[in-house]
Amino acid sequence: MFDVEALRIQFPILKREVHGRSLVYLDNAATSQKPRSVIDAERHYYEVLNANIHRGVHALSQEATDAFEAARDKVRDFLKARRREEIIFTRGATEAINLVAHSWGRSELKPGDEILVSEMEHHANIVPWQLLCEATGAVLKVIPIDERGALVPGAVESMVNARTRLVGITQVSNALGTVNPVAEIIRLAHAVGAVVLVDGAQAVPHMAADVTALDCDFYVFSGHKLYGPTGIGVLYGKQALLEKMPPYQGGGDMISQVTFRKTTYNDLPYKFEAGTPHIAGVVGLGAAIDFVHSVGLEAIAAHEDRLLAYATQQAECFEGLRIIGTVPGKASILSFVLKGVHPHDIGTILDNEGVAIRTGHHCAMPVMDHFGVPATARASFALYNTTAEVDALFGALRRVEELFLK
Amino acid sequence: MSNLRDLYQEVIFDHNRHPRNFGPLPDANRHADGFNPLCGDRLTLNLRVQDGIIQDARFEGSGCAISTASASLMTEALKGKTEAEAAVLFEGFHHMVMGEATTVDLGKLAVLAGVSEFPARVKCASLAWHTLNAALKNEADPVSTE
Repeated sequence: MFDVEALRIQFPILKREVHGRSLVYLDNAATSQKPRSVIDAERHYYEVLNANIHRGVHALSQEATDAFEAARDKVRDFLKARRREEIIFTRGATEAINLVAHSWGRSELKPGDEILVSEMEHHANIVPWQLLCEATGAVLKVIPIDERGALVPGAVESMVNARTRLVGITQVSNALGTVNPVAEIIRLAHAVGAVVLVDGAQAVPHMAADVTALDCDFYVFSGHKLYGPTGIGVLYGKQALLEKMPPYQGGGDMISQVTFRKTTYNDLPYKFEAGTPHIAGVVGLGAAIDFVHSVGLEAIAAHEDRLLAYATQQAECFEGLRIIGTVPGKASILSFVLKGVHPHDIGTILDNEGVAIRTGHHCAMPVMDHFGVPATARASFALYNTTAEVDALFGALRRVEELFLK
Repeated sequence: MSNLRDLYQEVIFDHNRHPRNFGPLPDANRHADGFNPLCGDRLTLNLRVQDGIIQDARFEGSGCAISTASASLMTEALKGKTEAEAAVLFEGFHHMVMGEATTVDLGKLAVLAGVSEFPARVKCASLAWHTLNAALKNEADPVSTE
């Protein structure tokens, strides 16, 4: 039995009020709230363990290093990666993609090579590839989406070719909720010798990621959408690829030996972790993974699916409301526009009712262009949301209607 | 608690539903674009200025109720004003939406005073005015208040 009330009390922020009303937090696709265990893990780190890692001989340094590396093992297990050396800590999914674009891309690509991304990508999975294309002469190709917000059937198969070197694809669209057939895309890409980077930022809170079963070459996600801290994320890369890639940043921790004549680099994963990392964030991410395991990803997904179905049902009956993204099997995201009301006005009125949603382009401007809207309103659900909160959302939307459309 | 009715006054709804001076201005001699990409608010402002006096002002584009009403009210207020008077209105409007005192008589524009209680929406109200500034200087680059 999924006990949402027992989960809610683990999230201190859910007790607060906004504009004199109970907070209804439905902006989880932007960032999720943090459970007590994650907050406590960071606090414990600073109160008990804090020291720099991988250097000192003193007790604190050893304990901090142990906590940091234990979190790496948790991430490895969470992603079902084969080896801990394949788990690189970054500032977030964005930095992880930039790392691959910079290190793999600049050493591998030549003019005329092709990179494929989809029209529904977050800007973080578009712009680093545009920069890479400018630097190398490679060409960016865009996999189109259809009117439901799904990849156009057959498009990937017809677009991959011998020049394709990398496919960058999101597992779950942050603007639409679409779940992409990444396993099939990986198979098609591998058939032409291309590597695949999967953006899992929006997927990891909702579904089990198994990089070994998927056989993806790179997988990235951010801690803060997974009930973990901001400023920490993960790059998974296949060891053989990571071994060949040059360092992304130079500094401490990533070196083996430095002289002014020659510097040799550290082994994986440290080769890509220059400088003192966000140790507290890594420890907090480990606690977030423990938390998600304690609830169970299947139970979380089932709960969110119920909420999305309930919300979609109400949305379909709401006059003048158009859902943006209507593919069956979506993950936890209801993006919509309301006839006669700009999303920004919706956002302000909902906020006044204590309901937090996202309005804007969701860092996916090509998606907005595709649907011919300047912006959308987006409600996104997490494990602690309730059907009563969905009712509050639609109650607040009635208020918008009263104000604007009476 | 910020009052929604202070922000969304009837005059604002009226100007949002029926924006005044909306459409092209073929004989315009001043022009600028305003674009707030995060919101998706976009407007084009056209002016006809003669002997230092704004003879006509029209705008096009799409945006939220606050930005649309602000642009509509602004074009009404500008007609017949000198460029110097427009600059004074700009200053006064800016102070008002920032919640600061102003001695400038803003007339009908005062209906937007409630915006100061909603910091995230100040950029919506001020987009048209910053676009005006650019138009008077005939700046080519689009303006943003984000």
